[in-house]
Amino acid sequence: MAAYIARRIGQALLVIWLAYTLVFLAVQLLPNDPVTIFLSADAAADPATIAAMKAQYGYDQPLIVQYFNQLVGLFTGDFGYSLASGQPVGERIGAVVGSTLVLASSAFVTAVIFAVALVAAATLARNTWLKRVVLNLPPLFAAVPVFWLGLVLLQVLSIKLGIMSLFPDGSFASIAVPVLVLAIHVSAPIAQVLLKSVDNVHAQPFIDVLRAKGASPSWIFFRHTLKNAAAPAMTISGITVGTLLAGSVITETVFARSGLGQVVLQSVTAQDVALVQGLVLLTATAFVVVNLVVDLLYPLLDPRILKSGTHGAPRALVA
Amino acid sequence: MSTIDSAPALLDIRGLSITYGHGDEAVIAAENIDLALQPGEIVALVGESGSGKSTLSKAIIGLLPESARILDGNIDLAGANLLDMAAKELESIRGRRIGMVPQDPGASLDPVKTVGSQISEVFRLHPQGPKRSKAQLRAEVIRLLELVGIDTPEQRIGQYPHELSGGLKQRVLIAIAFALEPELLIADEPTSALDVTVQQTILEVFTKLARELGTAVIFVTHDLAVATDIADRIVVMQHGRIREDRPVREILRAPEDPYTRMLLTEATASGDDSRTTADARGIEVPAIEVAGLGKIFGSGKTERAAVDEVSFVVRPGTTFSLVGESGSGKSTTARMIMRLLEPSAGTVKIHGQDVTHVRGAAKRELWRSLQLVYQNPDSALDPRYSVSRIISEPLENYKVGSKAERKIRVAELLDAVNLPGRMAALGAKELSGGQRQRVAIARALALGAKTLVLDEALSALDVLTQAQILALLEDLQVNQGLSYLFISHDLHVVERISHDVGVMRQGRLVEVGAAAQVLNNPASEYTRLLLDSNPGALLREMATN
Amino acid sequence: MSIKLDEPLTRAEVQDNVPAVAPLKVDAAAAPKKKAGALLSPAFWLTCAPLAMVLGWALFPALFSGFDPISGVPAQKFQAPGAEHWFGTDHLGRDVFARVVHGTSQTLLTAGLAVSIGLVVGTGLGLLAATAGRAADAVTMRLIDVLLAVPGFLVSLIIVTAFAPGPISLGIGVGIASIASFARVVRSEVLRVRSLDYVEAAFMNGGTYWSVVFKHILPNSCGPVLALLAVDLGVAILAISGLGFLGFGSPPPTPEWGLLIAEGRQYLASAWWLTTLPGVVIVAVVILLAGIGRQLHKIFRF
Repeated sequence: MAAYIARRIGQALLVIWLAYTLVFLAVQLLPNDPVTIFLSADAAADPATIAAMKAQYGYDQPLIVQYFNQLVGLFTGDFGYSLASGQPVGERIGAVVGSTLVLASSAFVTAVIFAVALVAAATLARNTWLKRVVLNLPPLFAAVPVFWLGLVLLQVLSIKLGIMSLFPDGSFASIAVPVLVLAIHVSAPIAQVLLKSVDNVHAQPFIDVLRAKGASPSWIFFRHTLKNAAAPAMTISGITVGTLLAGSVITETVFARSGLGQVVLQSVTAQDVALVQGLVLLTATAFVVVNLVVDLLYPLLDPRILKSGTHGAPRALVA
Repeated sequence: MSTIDSAPALLDIRGLSITYGHGDEAVIAAENIDLALQPGEIVALVGESGSGKSTLSKAIIGLLPESARILDGNIDLAGANLLDMAAKELESIRGRRIGMVPQDPGASLDPVKTVGSQISEVFRLHPQGPKRSKAQLRAEVIRLLELVGIDTPEQRIGQYPHELSGGLKQRVLIAIAFALEPELLIADEPTSALDVTVQQTILEVFTKLARELGTAVIFVTHDLAVATDIADRIVVMQHGRIREDRPVREILRAPEDPYTRMLLTEATASGDDSRTTADARGIEVPAIEVAGLGKIFGSGKTERAAVDEVSFVVRPGTTFSLVGESGSGKSTTARMIMRLLEPSAGTVKIHGQDVTHVRGAAKRELWRSLQLVYQNPDSALDPRYSVSRIISEPLENYKVGSKAERKIRVAELLDAVNLPGRMAALGAKELSGGQRQRVAIARALALGAKTLVLDEALSALDVLTQAQILALLEDLQVNQGLSYLFISHDLHVVERISHDVGVMRQGRLVEVGAAAQVLNNPASEYTRLLLDSNPGALLREMATN
Repeated sequence: MSIKLDEPLTRAEVQDNVPAVAPLKVDAAAAPKKKAGALLSPAFWLTCAPLAMVLGWALFPALFSGFDPISGVPAQKFQAPGAEHWFGTDHLGRDVFARVVHGTSQTLLTAGLAVSIGLVVGTGLGLLAATAGRAADAVTMRLIDVLLAVPGFLVSLIIVTAFAPGPISLGIGVGIASIASFARVVRSEVLRVRSLDYVEAAFMNGGTYWSVVFKHILPNSCGPVLALLAVDLGVAILAISGLGFLGFGSPPPTPEWGLLIAEGRQYLASAWWLTTLPGVVIVAVVILLAGIGRQLHKIFRF
């Protein structure tokens, strides 16, 4: 168990470091350095100002020095300074991250509940008509653009029916509707994978044995199928973290909520490289942490995982 | 058809017809089936794949797939028609009055639940009986595990299925099936996935319990030998119909149906003794010569010798069979000989040439004279290819002949494996298992290979198809002077084809010698155990009389 | 080309551990034969026909709408959908349907570029991971992890801002985001196919690495990849319209689908059709593409 955890944590750190390094390198590949890009829109910027600003943020040093300075900074919680506002990146992100976190995590929980409920309904429905409708919901959800769904709901709920305000006012609807919009979007892939996984489990011989024992469909589904089918659905849930962030940014824009969305859009529009780097690091970390948790949950679901040790990596094709 | 008309039948099936699919594509799986079982009677349902025996058994316990439709008929259990019952009613009957022992123990237990919880689940599903406390439930589970011969049951109940061997899993499944002492048990090929020695003990446990508890059993099997060993009555099925339904001894003594007779002939056929003496060609270079061959998998703590110090010789123009149970290392040995696996020790000589470590062009050259035929005909051929493309692929790869010459060669090869020439245009997916195996053999012979390694090449085929391929292999051997290394777990087949036999166990060759000697007068304890476990005692007895 | 000599998978080990020698016979009748020619099924064509029309919008927009997408008739602004203006008109009196039709090429081109990048790079990576040995697999898989860890959305944003906003940088950005899914599907499919006996047999019949990859492995793995291609085109359309909505797509007045909806947002209260109807088109196209994906999956399952 300890070896399993250690290996997973090692991989997680590796991925964060690689993501950071790749973004650092990508930034260097840009035709200009961050300060020049940032000030290029500013006609008043003369070479002296640019040089002064470069020196201030450390962009005048050799690449390798910059890289290590930034890397060391990360360990001390120093994420550099936003070029646009001069504020520390950590502070700038920290100020709004909470609101996005609340939106994203409640949407995520709702999405998972939604997906499980959908799959349960599709599996256990006796009525074939109802079954068909439920089975078609995930593909529909997957096809609906988040921003469009948000706008349509705003139109119906606040303009036609007047039961919610156009702007966040702390009412239940103004919190629940954005969460719902995001949850519908995120639940689609989870439900699709879970459905397929449930199908695979139901094709296994042990399901026949359970039926031969006299177990009812719902007994089998809730006591056996779900646990067996959970792993692929958890994997995809972990991967939806990226979708969740993109969805949050859009949802926040549609519903005029404050949060990371604003920071992301501002930093990108202003070409504030330091801030963008900080955001990439934040999302990569969020992704890696969530997936680490997923990895650590697998053995609880399936006792075979710890025993099998390393998953057989493929060897080279014979010839 | 039963003589005891006065006794009420436990199970009475009348006029049962089942189809799969709809409309034009509908396939009849069972047609107008009549079958009755008395309490405590053990009936074997015998047939090849597609005979409808599994469909029939699944219909009884209500586990037909959704694509199946019951057109007509009754299935009465003690007078009540199961086909008229509501889902809830059936659920209360399944597990309590009708039990099931499944085919594949490896996948028939929920992998993420403990063994104990899966046994006690039967009691939780059917709480009608006496109320049991947790401790009583546990005691009951332990009693059941002891009943099926599992030692240290206290430890076993906390274990997960993957921690148990195949035989132990099947014992657990038998415990589950017998837990509520049902009147009727459906056993669907319960031992076909197990090794022969394990099969023997499982069958013993199973029949003993059924006899003691007076359970009626429908035992579905493709293996006539197993059927005759355990059943009171044998029901032979073919193409969805019952061909013959009579007590075991009667059917063995005087089979009425021609199909039954064919099955019996195959089940009792033995090797042609003349071949074992045909070894006057001692001076010739051996087809395969293996010396001190070894393979170690893993390293450090997980190190395990899969093959250890294996030496044998395949004489040219003869068949050498490597026999053993799963995990004995026989397939690993075959793969090292084929140069698909790097040996850890020893040497391999093919037609006199040391090929132990050949690679690149030399390895390609080796494969022109040494070819492999796989167990599973479904995965051995690219499903997108036509038969002619499959057979001519090696010719193209080695740039043999012109296009027209290759076409002629494909026709020759199809003829050699007794397939009609028009099959060349068919896709691999359109062939039956036996036809595919013939195509695989034709492909192996395309470049003129003189030695074939047949890795369980008959195991996935039906009995009658097996017999046809066996005959083909013998023909080819005589006509083309081929040498075979035949890997098999099936002693019956080995007996029919081999000149020499090697018996493997846990990576070692425990015995090697002429077939007649090894199989009739084994020197090693293990070979004797294997032979004793081989089902069909009654069959052999009747055959020799 | 050097051919690597290595032990073939771990199959030999697995085979000897599992008691799998005995035949597992299944009654053949239980598996009804798949009908050949699924390509001709009506369901397939019912999904294809509307998509062909959308393709027509992209290629010959003028054939499908007589109105000018750029300059409108101010007198006819904010007309509700009707017989003349199917999707109504916007604040400048432009026909919304015409704008959707004329925006198609922009959206489809960008999405096509994105999917092509995902397909080519992803297939390459997946193939590398599945066939070039353990080290290559480990490196590739970590790279895919990284691609997944940095949300595609953010990657697209960065690329769009670093270069000039426009279809090319948008396509590249969204394309990079879809590399990971292609790589994963290709890897797992190739791993599945390469473990089948006929691949090994192909080597024993004198096949070389590349001939086996191109003759047996890739053709037999293509089903799920083709299916993903269709689905991913839909995903790319969603991502592109999302970025367009945020203002990172093609600059106005190009009527890109996401931008159309963003423009309509200002008139949410008065003109519902400006946002709703272009959105319905997006949903329909994405659903149809997913449907095609499912059909392809069925047809090319070997």
